[in-house]
Amino acid sequence: MGSVRLQFIGLWGVVERNTYLIKRYGWWELAFFVWTIANTLTIVFIAKGVQATGGHIDVQRETTSLLIGAVLWSYLGIIFEFMTETVAWERWEGTIEYTFMAPLSRYVHLGGVALFAVLYGVVRTTLLFIVIALFFGLHLHGADFETAIVLLAVGSISFAGLGIVTSVLPLISPEKGAQLGFIAQGLLLVVSGVYYPVSVLPHWMRWISVISPATYALRGIRNAILNGAGLGSQWGNIWPLLILGVISIPLGFAVFKAGERYAKRHGKLKRSG
Amino acid sequence: MYAVNAVDVVQLEKRFTRRKDGKKQSKPALDGITLTVGRGECVALLGQNGSGKSTLVRVLSTLLLPDGGSAAVFGHDVVRDPQPVRRLVNRVSVEASFFKRMSAMENLSYAARFYGLTPADTRKQIPEILEHVGFPLKRASGPMEELSRGMQQKVALARALLTSPVLLLLDEPTTGLDPRSKREVQAFIATMRETHDTTVLLCTHDMEEAAALADRVGILHAGRLLALEPIPELLALYGGADLNEVFFTATGNALAEDSEDDLEEVEA
Repeated sequence: MGSVRLQFIGLWGVVERNTYLIKRYGWWELAFFVWTIANTLTIVFIAKGVQATGGHIDVQRETTSLLIGAVLWSYLGIIFEFMTETVAWERWEGTIEYTFMAPLSRYVHLGGVALFAVLYGVVRTTLLFIVIALFFGLHLHGADFETAIVLLAVGSISFAGLGIVTSVLPLISPEKGAQLGFIAQGLLLVVSGVYYPVSVLPHWMRWISVISPATYALRGIRNAILNGAGLGSQWGNIWPLLILGVISIPLGFAVFKAGERYAKRHGKLKRSG
Repeated sequence: MYAVNAVDVVQLEKRFTRRKDGKKQSKPALDGITLTVGRGECVALLGQNGSGKSTLVRVLSTLLLPDGGSAAVFGHDVVRDPQPVRRLVNRVSVEASFFKRMSAMENLSYAARFYGLTPADTRKQIPEILEHVGFPLKRASGPMEELSRGMQQKVALARALLTSPVLLLLDEPTTGLDPRSKREVQAFIATMRETHDTTVLLCTHDMEEAAALADRVGILHAGRLLALEPIPELLALYGGADLNEVFFTATGNALAEDSEDDLEEVEA
């Protein structure tokens, strides 16, 4: 029991550390948020742009669909960024050795980073959604937000799992790891139907979309917000998310453990920069 | 089964590979090192850059896996049983290593959580320890990047002390400090030994520091431990008047010179 208590205190330590960092980089946080708003606006304006250039679309519906894609993508980006920077940032600051030599279970360490990323991501993307929805005066009367939140929560498990997998990259390759994390994130962007249905993808890319949790989270959340689809009718999106979550979390930990062992074997667990 | 020394190192080996002229070269950073450090003892290891001091400290900190031999801390093997080792050990290295934008208080708080200290514990202990190491409390809430290196190193000592380590690994803790900060840090290390019964493994370039703090002094050269004795016996063994002469006689180099290959910087 004592050991479990120590690990919970350690988990709090990870969340506490990231909270301090957010506070200390407050102006950067504000700048990134404004940038994300601007970026999301440029994407969401596309619906109006299509109509203005002669396209026949339901602007309200397409605007909302693009907004959901942009917001969920922003959420995914936050989780990936936090998980990948778990190692990259600590390597840069030089704290990596102190964190990895502490008696903190790696599950708790990474779990704490994932927990903070999810909490922070939910707060930031909710704010983003509200700001953009107000900007466009979107009416979301029939939306089932409870179901959307459940889908986001279930999807977050696999997002965290994939984030843990990518967080190993800076551990085994200090120079190229962070870049590879961006590439992995970019691949998800292309195949998951963030801004378009996956049916428009070439056949071989659709196969990749099947293993992306973002595909099901986006489809389910759009269905809940645009069509008011309740939880009962969303099983087709929930079970793949659960399966991907059950696979990705242990896979993430296993990959990270293997990466940590490699880094300790080859002397890569140390500061750079 | 290991005898319960603070540190038991037997035939420890570690090699690193680097590319030179397009070819991979493997060099030993630790070449069959054997040593023990008794409970409560302070052992200093003298060696040039690249002699293997930091590699040894990193193996004992469970940050590096050896290629051969074994290392144990209070009977716990650092490879097979790292978790208990991590509870017993802390470390101060030449780089203070903090989140620079965060304050001393914040850096110490989260780091202490990793060792199971609650917010109630740290609210009381951090100011006490900072005061103990001579760090002005009024600076504890400002960003670390605004502190001098000496001040940062005091916070690093406080971080180590906060976790009550039974074995303290000091990897050139006073390198680059001004003389006053150096004396303060050395005095603090001596106090820690007296008051906390802490075992200390000190890796240093500094002969005076080794002479002032250590019960025994070892000479590490090119990954090999050439000697590990109390200072009077070292002087007698190598026929020198001081540790500088002993080091030169033992290695053929002055301590201030860098060794040919700084393996700490060229790990594969």
